[in-house]
Amino acid sequence: MDLNLVPLLPEIFLAISAMGLLLVGANFGNESTKVISWYAALAAFVAIMITLNVPSDEEAVLNGLFKLDLFASVMKIIILIGVIASISLSVRYLIQQGIARFEYPILILLSAVGMMVMVSANNMLSLYVGLELQSLALYVLAAFNRNSLKSSEAGIKYFILGALSSGFLLFGISLIYGFTGTIDFEVIQNTLMATETIGFGVTFGLVFILAGLAFKVSAVPFHMWTPDVYQGAPTCVTAFFAMVPKIAAMGLLMRLLFEPFGIMADQWGQIVYFLAVASMIVGAFAAIAQDNIKRLLAYSSIGNMGYVLIGIVAGNEVGASAVMLYLFIYMIMTAGVFAVVLCMRRNDHVLENISDLSGLSRHNPALAYGMAILMFSMAGIPPFAGFFGKLAIFNAAVEAELYVLAVVGVLTSVIGAYYYLRIIKVMFFDEPVDAYDSGFPLARKIVLTLSVLFIVGFIIKPGVVLNAMQAAASSLFVG
Amino acid sequence: MIISALAFYFFAGILVLSSVLVITAKNPVHSVLFLILAFFNSAGLFILLGAEFVGMIMVIVYVGAVAVLFLFVVMMLDISFADLRKGAMQYVPIGLIIGAVLLFELIAVFGTWSMSDDKLANLAAPSPGESVSNTQALGKIIYTDYVLAFQGAGLILFVAMVGAIVLTHRRRPGVRRQSVAEQHARKPEDVLKVQKVTPGTGV
Repeated sequence: MDLNLVPLLPEIFLAISAMGLLLVGANFGNESTKVISWYAALAAFVAIMITLNVPSDEEAVLNGLFKLDLFASVMKIIILIGVIASISLSVRYLIQQGIARFEYPILILLSAVGMMVMVSANNMLSLYVGLELQSLALYVLAAFNRNSLKSSEAGIKYFILGALSSGFLLFGISLIYGFTGTIDFEVIQNTLMATETIGFGVTFGLVFILAGLAFKVSAVPFHMWTPDVYQGAPTCVTAFFAMVPKIAAMGLLMRLLFEPFGIMADQWGQIVYFLAVASMIVGAFAAIAQDNIKRLLAYSSIGNMGYVLIGIVAGNEVGASAVMLYLFIYMIMTAGVFAVVLCMRRNDHVLENISDLSGLSRHNPALAYGMAILMFSMAGIPPFAGFFGKLAIFNAAVEAELYVLAVVGVLTSVIGAYYYLRIIKVMFFDEPVDAYDSGFPLARKIVLTLSVLFIVGFIIKPGVVLNAMQAAASSLFVG
Repeated sequence: MIISALAFYFFAGILVLSSVLVITAKNPVHSVLFLILAFFNSAGLFILLGAEFVGMIMVIVYVGAVAVLFLFVVMMLDISFADLRKGAMQYVPIGLIIGAVLLFELIAVFGTWSMSDDKLANLAAPSPGESVSNTQALGKIIYTDYVLAFQGAGLILFVAMVGAIVLTHRRRPGVRRQSVAEQHARKPEDVLKVQKVTPGTGV
């Protein structure tokens, strides 16, 4: 038995802090939500520090269940940054909506533990445990505003469809186990390499696993839940959904497809190819008709997952580093956008329609200009960071000779530019309505400022982020 | 051999039959009772496979906890299952089509089923044979080799517990709670008043 727990330190620390904070909350009640939230953010920050200091290693520990290579470390840091940002965005919103319960940051921390296990999984068992830990916390968060019918509906819908997708995933895993006799990634990889003709059953199992994971990243045609859940869940939960869980699911997908099933690239390539094209097209066209900004962002996230999947189809180091870069930039942009969306309230009522943004530039120019920069970046207009994300993805596609994918990607991002620019038009050129409630919390301003600064400043020193992503991506292709 | 085959068909037949009855029974309480029967029979199938631990867990967890919970929900909540089922018939044709397609695909997969040559060598924890019982064999690896999955499952249960409380617990005002500390701190002087009563005057 090998019990080297050092690579697990960030997860252990987060889990213990979540439990400790739960005790504090149980003692002091819901008034302590604010304090607990900031301590949870601090715990996530400490976990980043621990992750930075734990040496990453290609060797899996704990009987091959867990692997902390550079790829996993970088993904974990991205996830934890997202966790800190979403907790900072949530605090005031929860209090304003009267749903400030101290379990909120604790559930976020526990789902972060699940996501970190997911990106470090080196075995189908740890993959599944991480995925379920993550999803279960997310189902509860979606229904967090239990007095609202829409929020409860979002929770139930997400839960039932999520359970179904977990069933698909498990069935797929059982087929893989039936062929290879193992659930360990490395052994699966070696077995598949040694086999001359890979059985039909393995392909079938892989399809089921992909269907289950495509649900988690909300790739078309498994995206049906996304708009409803995004709209129904409390906005701060939507922000968390849009930023973090997809990164973990993509990380898992990359590890799974590049490591154990790397040899079957011809077979999964076609499926992911289809998922990418369908997601980009549906994401671009369906978003045009939306009036609700949360639904619009849901479709935008579906479209963006399509671009990310292009990088996975490319199936090489360039593609993998492009995927990570894109996910990181997308997360930062989403944090900024939701900081603005959370500010949309008038007379203590939450506003969710795009038309409610009209004339924002008169009442609150700083917010309007910040949002405009974010939208330009989302649309992929240089010199903002969003452009470089897309550039890296299309570059990887061209390098892998996936010209059709690159062309579809460029076309759909032109279509997507329409609805991003429409928001700018509404903010700057439409007749102003009344101003929003003033008094935005400091944390929200800081998140928005940092997000905009990153997007604008990325062009000055892109190397810092790029090098980390490239190093991480190359660690994925060592084996 | 023949006995185990007979037992298999016995359990499998009742399992399929009771599963069908679960979804067709008019009375929801009957549905739950058939569900319990289905669980018992699948436990029987596990025992036939030599997985007596899983079989027993099936009985304890599914019959003992899950099914009884279902029964409580069905009896306590006033849900009209007839209304819920209204209109469900219109989905039967498409359901049957999808089911048939899936069935044919599965037959195709299992018809061409092959296994890797290394399959036996790959097994992470092969069955230790007759001398070690199932429960013991599982116990040997679950807390050692698979401690991460075990602890992870514990965290999942923890989230489930927190989630259930978040979604259902409501603090009601005006509920009188017992406060042990307060009770212990009570002194006789606080609550007792000794009064001298002279006969014939009353208090």
